[in-house]
Amino acid sequence: MDDLEIDPNWDLMLDGNAAAGLFQEMFAVEMTACPTACAWCGQQGQIGRLLAFAHAPGIVLRCPNCMNVMMRIVETNETIYFEASGVAYLAFERSAW
Amino acid sequence: MKQPISWQIATVTGIHPETPRVKTITLTLPAWLPHRPGQHYDLRLTAPDGYQAQRSYSIASEPERIGEIDLTIERLEDGEVSTYLHDVVQVGDQVEVRGPIGGYFVWEKDLGGPLLLIAGGSGVVPLMAMIRHRFVAKSKTPTKLLYSSRSPEDVIYASELDSLGMAGDGFEVIHTFTRSQPANWRGYARRIDQQMLRETLTPIASVPLAYVCGPTRLVESVADGLVQIGVPPERIRTERFGPTGGTL
Repeated sequence: MDDLEIDPNWDLMLDGNAAAGLFQEMFAVEMTACPTACAWCGQQGQIGRLLAFAHAPGIVLRCPNCMNVMMRIVETNETIYFEASGVAYLAFERSAW
Repeated sequence: MKQPISWQIATVTGIHPETPRVKTITLTLPAWLPHRPGQHYDLRLTAPDGYQAQRSYSIASEPERIGEIDLTIERLEDGEVSTYLHDVVQVGDQVEVRGPIGGYFVWEKDLGGPLLLIAGGSGVVPLMAMIRHRFVAKSKTPTKLLYSSRSPEDVIYASELDSLGMAGDGFEVIHTFTRSQPANWRGYARRIDQQMLRETLTPIASVPLAYVCGPTRLVESVADGLVQIGVPPERIRTERFGPTGGTL
């Protein structure tokens, strides 16, 4: 973890809150409070806790525990591409609707 | 509630300087919805050639203020959007916004407390929405705001925070200044560290709900510090703002 802390990308790092607008566009529901789990290490937590790297063509969400990529979201004018091969599950709470 | 959010055209109805680098812009929204304190709006600017720039700004005002929102914005030297909002926008202008957005970093009176709010620089903005809501909703939830700023001139909402702190309803502000302090200052004069967190936490009777917002480095170190002194991770919510114009 020490190498990451002197990495300039560390300062630019945000969190799942930064993707909230995109999630709402894609799924029509608020998702930052959705429980999720990392497919790599099993760590559970809410989407708002994921680490977000947005200074790229798209946004990458990483597991705060093992730092592997959980989701990638890339936008073009016509399409939002959503890749979530690093997600074990997402939980949508009905009461939140 | 399931609802796709869409862009709407908001009108600037007020501009209010807070500090040399920070301004509050009041927007009237045709499709205003009550927000949850801590949420944000996305704001989008479109240049005549079609180029678009979009940023997220935390709502500073309480949801009890109907029809309009305050966005408090720090001017970043190399910022595309913040420099435009500071240097060009005038009352009567229109901007596109979308929201309110967010469900993780929110607090309402019903969520209880006690509350420990920790801010670095402009990270105080979403916490201010929580503080204002708390006051308007007449909540007595014991609340402490630990607020790190470079210098006294950089404190956003300084006089409002002072008067709220004297309201006698269980709200307290603790300032720390990292670069320069007021004359005769006896308070904290350094970055937030574990000792400061411990001292802030000690008088709080039960395990608080903690909200930490500001530059990434501050949020990381404060969240780690809170865990080290025994606050359960599930009671800590964070929102990282990325780097700011200067170091804290």
